[in-house]
Amino acid sequence: MTLELKSVSRSVQGRAHIRPTDLMLERGTMNVLLGPTLSGKTSLMRLMAGLDVPTTGQILWNGTDVTGQRVQDRKVAMVYQQFINYPAMSVYDNIASPLRLMGKSKAEIDRAVRETAELLKLTPMLARKPLELSGGQQQRCALARALVKGAGLVLLDEPLANLDYKLREELRVEIPRIFEASGAIFVYATTEPEEALLLGGNTATLWEGRVTQFGPTPKVYRLPADATTARVFSDPPMNFVPVVKSGHRLDFGGLAKAPAEGAHAALPDGRYLAGFRANHVTLDKHSGDAVELPCTVAVTEITGSESFLHLRHGAEKWVGLVHGVQDLAPGTAVNVYLNPTRIYLFDADGALVAPASYALAA
Amino acid sequence: MAQITLSKLAHSYAANPNAESDYALKEMDHVWQDGGAYALLGSSGCGKTTLLNIISGLVRPSHGRVLFGDLDVTDQETAARNIAQVFQFPVVYDTMTVRENLSFPLRNRGMDAAYIAGRVNQIAQMIGMEDILNRKARGLTADAKQKISLGRGMVREDVNAILFDEPLTVIDPHMKWELRTQLKQLHRQFGHTMIYVTHDQTEALTFADKVVVMYDGRVVQMGTPEELFETPAHTFVGYFIGSPGMNLLDATVSGTIAHLQGAEIALGAGYGPLKGRTQIGIRPEYCSLTDGAGLPITIRRVEDVGRHRIVRADLFGQPFNIIAAEGAGISPEMTRVAFAPGKISVYADDWRVAGGAV
Amino acid sequence: MEKTQNNRAWFLVLPVLVIVAFSAVIPLMTVVNYSVNDTFGENEFFWNGLGWFEEMITSDRMHDALGRQVLFSAIILAIEVPLGIFIALNMPKKGFWASFGLVLMALPLLIPFNVVGTIWQIFGRVDIGLLGHALAAIGIDYNYTNDPLDAWITIIVMDVWHWTSLVALLCYAGLQSIPQAYYQAARIDQASRWSVFRFIELPKMAGVLLIAVLLRFMDSFMIYTEPFVVTGGGPGNSTTFLSIDLVKMAVGQFDLGPAAAFSIMYFLVILLVSWAFYTVMTALEKVETK
Repeated sequence: MTLELKSVSRSVQGRAHIRPTDLMLERGTMNVLLGPTLSGKTSLMRLMAGLDVPTTGQILWNGTDVTGQRVQDRKVAMVYQQFINYPAMSVYDNIASPLRLMGKSKAEIDRAVRETAELLKLTPMLARKPLELSGGQQQRCALARALVKGAGLVLLDEPLANLDYKLREELRVEIPRIFEASGAIFVYATTEPEEALLLGGNTATLWEGRVTQFGPTPKVYRLPADATTARVFSDPPMNFVPVVKSGHRLDFGGLAKAPAEGAHAALPDGRYLAGFRANHVTLDKHSGDAVELPCTVAVTEITGSESFLHLRHGAEKWVGLVHGVQDLAPGTAVNVYLNPTRIYLFDADGALVAPASYALAA
Repeated sequence: MAQITLSKLAHSYAANPNAESDYALKEMDHVWQDGGAYALLGSSGCGKTTLLNIISGLVRPSHGRVLFGDLDVTDQETAARNIAQVFQFPVVYDTMTVRENLSFPLRNRGMDAAYIAGRVNQIAQMIGMEDILNRKARGLTADAKQKISLGRGMVREDVNAILFDEPLTVIDPHMKWELRTQLKQLHRQFGHTMIYVTHDQTEALTFADKVVVMYDGRVVQMGTPEELFETPAHTFVGYFIGSPGMNLLDATVSGTIAHLQGAEIALGAGYGPLKGRTQIGIRPEYCSLTDGAGLPITIRRVEDVGRHRIVRADLFGQPFNIIAAEGAGISPEMTRVAFAPGKISVYADDWRVAGGAV
Repeated sequence: MEKTQNNRAWFLVLPVLVIVAFSAVIPLMTVVNYSVNDTFGENEFFWNGLGWFEEMITSDRMHDALGRQVLFSAIILAIEVPLGIFIALNMPKKGFWASFGLVLMALPLLIPFNVVGTIWQIFGRVDIGLLGHALAAIGIDYNYTNDPLDAWITIIVMDVWHWTSLVALLCYAGLQSIPQAYYQAARIDQASRWSVFRFIELPKMAGVLLIAVLLRFMDSFMIYTEPFVVTGGGPGNSTTFLSIDLVKMAVGQFDLGPAAAFSIMYFLVILLVSWAFYTVMTALEKVETK
């Protein structure tokens, strides 16, 4: 099974909601749409579902053009951020409702409902009404209704966003397991990079209605094609600093120098944008060639096991995520260190020109 | 500004509470320091919102007193308590400009116009809105509106406390960073007493000096982020703080050794006889996969979270998580788990038992 | 919110179109036909162009009726809208008394128009009416059949009694949608009662209030049954509003041509005002959702 988008775009009243997009989604992997609010995740999903008609381009289902086809005629299920269930029906009837609409036999419905309820751990509450359940259970019920249809395409639009942190953590672990058992193509929209990583599969990063990159999730994370993708796919956002490359050196605005090796060394001399993630900043100089960056601390946030350092380096604002409790007072001058193998280089247009060498090894 | 004292405070929504389960808040005695940043952390229904409403004066506690400084405010109305509050959803006056929104609490108190103008500019600069002071609040994005709510809370210099009720719920992850650090900076600058209610452990830990973890109407632990992480006082704290939470295993403890299905684990501390269900807890961060020493483990799945990997495994049939560093090799021979010395906590009936010298 | 595209949905509108055609469009075209023709009976018609329109536009009779109509609508709106808001603000928000208040407010709306007229017609009579008799007993010279001012007051009080509930109920619905957090924030900001109304309640009510004003304007501008039952347009012509005059002209005098021209202009005025309201409303909504 495949869902293919061929230069699909959509504009409403002259405003582009989705810029021309090519995507090939396949069964057997989780497909994540990652991007901030209003980046076009929901618009793209509505196009996939057939709720909206694309302005240009084609949508192919198993190679057949379904572009103008109505959502009722496609086998599509959707789960939203809000827990949408029929409040007057029991959980059992909620799950059974799509099957009843399809005119399935009673025995068939019963079997399917019980199977799905078992998968989503809803069996003990089949007789209850959705509003008597916890938020997590309500969303499980909505998920069950989407799954039971046997839809070929299941679209999940930030399904965990309204749940408590810990419930989210639990369901997040379960979703890939649930999805392995079903034969559908799954598309999952989220604003959180960590969620994308946990779900695995393939990720498409979105920014302002454009898919900036699509590929296996860890690969997109470690080898972002451009600075926008890197920013979208980092939490805290990736740190950037302009550098000058000359010969075998990277010059960090005169404050620090780093050796340019491997892919970095092969680049022509000139100005670049260096990017590095918060968790690659350290307070100890772990190796001889580590880049020493003098900074001042703006504020520190301590999580118990790690500390977020909000740093100022000249005009640059950086975030470092370091191990242990580091209670540095605001205004403290501190040297942080960066392993040169963790530095990405982007050109003036933001395209990745040299990846961090560790990412190639991983 | 004032220190907040909760004295024998308890609350029940029932008229005649008898059983302990009738209480939404179970009796507590706490003193919150003037100028501290506190977070009330817990899952929904744990009583954190009730506690916040008691402090703000929206709910009158059925038992006990609330004191601001030396003043008993238990029977005082919200308006009389001189507090500020930021809500889950941005509450702004749509038809007013940003400037009017920020100056509203001051104008209502009949402050001097020159003072108001100066103060509003100062706050606007702090929340980064000096450019749009004359725009109408209607039509701004959710995070801009929430910044205005924040600014309105900050604008009065004399407030006893600023209360935050899950203020980042509607904010995008990228913006959350900015708002959270801004809040932290504002706290450093102004030194207001701040109380922040959330279910999100990251928000609570990064914001607060002291985190108050609530579970089932009870404060199960109040401590620094480090204390909550290193020595959770209750199994709920172990589970709730950290992602994934602490590994908890049923075991019998005698002296300095825990017995787990025939295997022995050195605890690094001595324990007397324990009553009730005994468990040992260890953080996934303090476990490591080895190919030599340690307990046998079955790896079910390895999740790559970017900055580290989460190894989901089974230890004697119980689920067990291990956090492995980014890039650390995981080979098929690594079938054992080793615990970092001194990092194991012992729990009897869910409460932590302090170990004695070995 | 974007809507799903499905052009076949138009077929669902077809039955309504047919009904509307028979009940509105065809009669309307008959009226248009009358308005441009003259007749001397026997179904013989002569082309009269815009003659009737010219006559009606310059007729004092219509000017007077229009003047009375505008005055009436203005007074009605000026009383019912503030009063409705006031009632809505003071209605209980929760519990038994909230439902009680709602039922009480809905009662006048459930009474048929001509019954409302009859109630007030009898209520105000000096000989047998509770109100009229009571007023006479305390020495107030009140008689709506003789005194134009008394007639106006009676009709206005009747309309206020009948329709303020609608404004109040709409505003009440608007108020109920305001989250508690807003009131709490206002208390913390030490906002005065007036500020709460001005900056929280009024902006949130603006949408429904506009609908209420539109409904009350259209209804009062087309009012017929109640004043007709109470005063029959009198004393003299003092309470003869546009619709009463129109019926007199068409049914009473059988001046079909002028009446048709009159009713078309009447229709256009209402259409114009409704359009203006619609434009304002959508503009407001755009600002709201921007």
